Amino acid sequence: MGEKVLMKGNEAIAEAAIQAGCRHYFGYPITPQTEIAAYMAKRMPKIGGLFLQAESEIAAINMVYGCSSAGMRVMTSSSSPGISLKSEGLSYLAGADLPAVIVNAQRGGPGLGGIQPSQSDYFQATRGGGHGDYHMLVLAPASVQEMAELTVKAFDLADRYRMTCMILADGTTGQMMEPVSFDFVPGEPVAKPWATTGTKMERKHNIVNSLYLLPDVLEQKNIERYEKYEKIKETETMAEEFMVEDADIVIVAFGIAARVSKNAVIAARKNGIKAGLIRPITLWPYPEKIVAKAAEHAKQFISVELSMGQMIEDVKLAVDGKAPVSLCFRAGGMIPMPEQVYDAIAEADKKLKGGN
Amino acid sequence: MTREYLFAGFGGQGLLFSGKVLAYKALIEGKHVSWIPSYGPEMRGGTANCSVIVSDDPIGAPLISHPDVLVAMNLPSLDKYESEVKPGGMILVDSTLIERKVERTDVDVYYIPASRLAGEMGAPTLANMVLAGKLLQVVSEYDEENVGKALAKCISARHADLLDLNFKAMDTGKTFE
Repeated sequence: MGEKVLMKGNEAIAEAAIQAGCRHYFGYPITPQTEIAAYMAKRMPKIGGLFLQAESEIAAINMVYGCSSAGMRVMTSSSSPGISLKSEGLSYLAGADLPAVIVNAQRGGPGLGGIQPSQSDYFQATRGGGHGDYHMLVLAPASVQEMAELTVKAFDLADRYRMTCMILADGTTGQMMEPVSFDFVPGEPVAKPWATTGTKMERKHNIVNSLYLLPDVLEQKNIERYEKYEKIKETETMAEEFMVEDADIVIVAFGIAARVSKNAVIAARKNGIKAGLIRPITLWPYPEKIVAKAAEHAKQFISVELSMGQMIEDVKLAVDGKAPVSLCFRAGGMIPMPEQVYDAIAEADKKLKGGN
Repeated sequence: MTREYLFAGFGGQGLLFSGKVLAYKALIEGKHVSWIPSYGPEMRGGTANCSVIVSDDPIGAPLISHPDVLVAMNLPSLDKYESEVKPGGMILVDSTLIERKVERTDVDVYYIPASRLAGEMGAPTLANMVLAGKLLQVVSEYDEENVGKALAKCISARHADLLDLNFKAMDTGKTFE
């Protein structure tokens, strides 16, 4: 193990991106992710990289588009309102099959909302965000160590599948400090024969574009993309399961909500309640098979979210009517405490036992 | 064992920093730690706090509703968090800045005139570190070598000249009776 250092989640993302070979960062400041930009501003010039504070989020995402077209590992980061501004660019990146890493340290919305942590951009992230038929890969870290590891993975996945990969964090995981070590190995670099790196008069021009005026060609392009998505669902889905095997009550939660829920599950087990936790690490692809498997024995699912209930729809799809799914939430920048989640578990347990 | 600390006061008093020193010291000792600030539209003079958890086991939620230890550096913080401290816990008060006494009788209370002590040693901005020194002493965690190492990690090279002064402030807190 390398030496562990104490770092904010946002800083860990930035350092991990550099270690993954990212030398180009374009961004625009917004709380609660500004530490990423600050870290990049400090480090990039020292290692021959580029930090650029664009004039707006829209400009930044289009710089990402250009940089990615040239085959570079590139990243941008923002928080909820800024991601909405970037959404047009996200759709264009998808339409041009360009790899890029996008960080969203979510804050409460809609609109300008607030600056406190939230998970209410789940729909936006997992359904693509912009217009058209497409998905992004979406990774949800729950610790500072995972912020680092998943950032490196995000670059690898993005290059391998020629897709945008979003790190869906939140204000808490971005602002908290935990020990982190950087002794992981980034994946092998992926060849990018499609990149616009100059023909050197040795090959035909590469064209990176998202415009297909012939509908049958565009349809075929979209079908191919969705075939790729199916493969990704088979191979890249990740989730952590905690005491799920014999659980009657299964909590499903990601990121900071999963951290809070784990405390509640441990407390419930101490009191003889068979509770468990599924923590999706990939939100797209969603670990639907893992949830479906738990639905073979669990009698109640509880989706714990920092939103009015968004992921709960994916839980319901995966559970497929085999058990009731309820919601335990705080929204608008509030965070559920373990006691609230415990109460939801205890109440569900009471109902289950009353029914027997 | 898990211990939860809440450092609360005005922005600019250095509570986020003393929390970080405590966390770094625990990290050096191989413990699990988390540190999380209140962040908001805050400014110098506004309220600020940070939560630090030190544990032998992996830490679940980094958030704290009922701290074992409260370090209060202004009256609004004591008013707000006194009732939240776990029974049997501790409250450390900068008695230069907070005139009232703690009302709870089920917690151990330490009154340290940290701002006065820091002023007397010629470093009025280091009241936070005086309190941190006392804090580590009362929880029997004051280890001179590791405190020094933690300070070295938390003080940037640019401010290396302040290392000794910070150490001295912590020592002042430790030895205050």
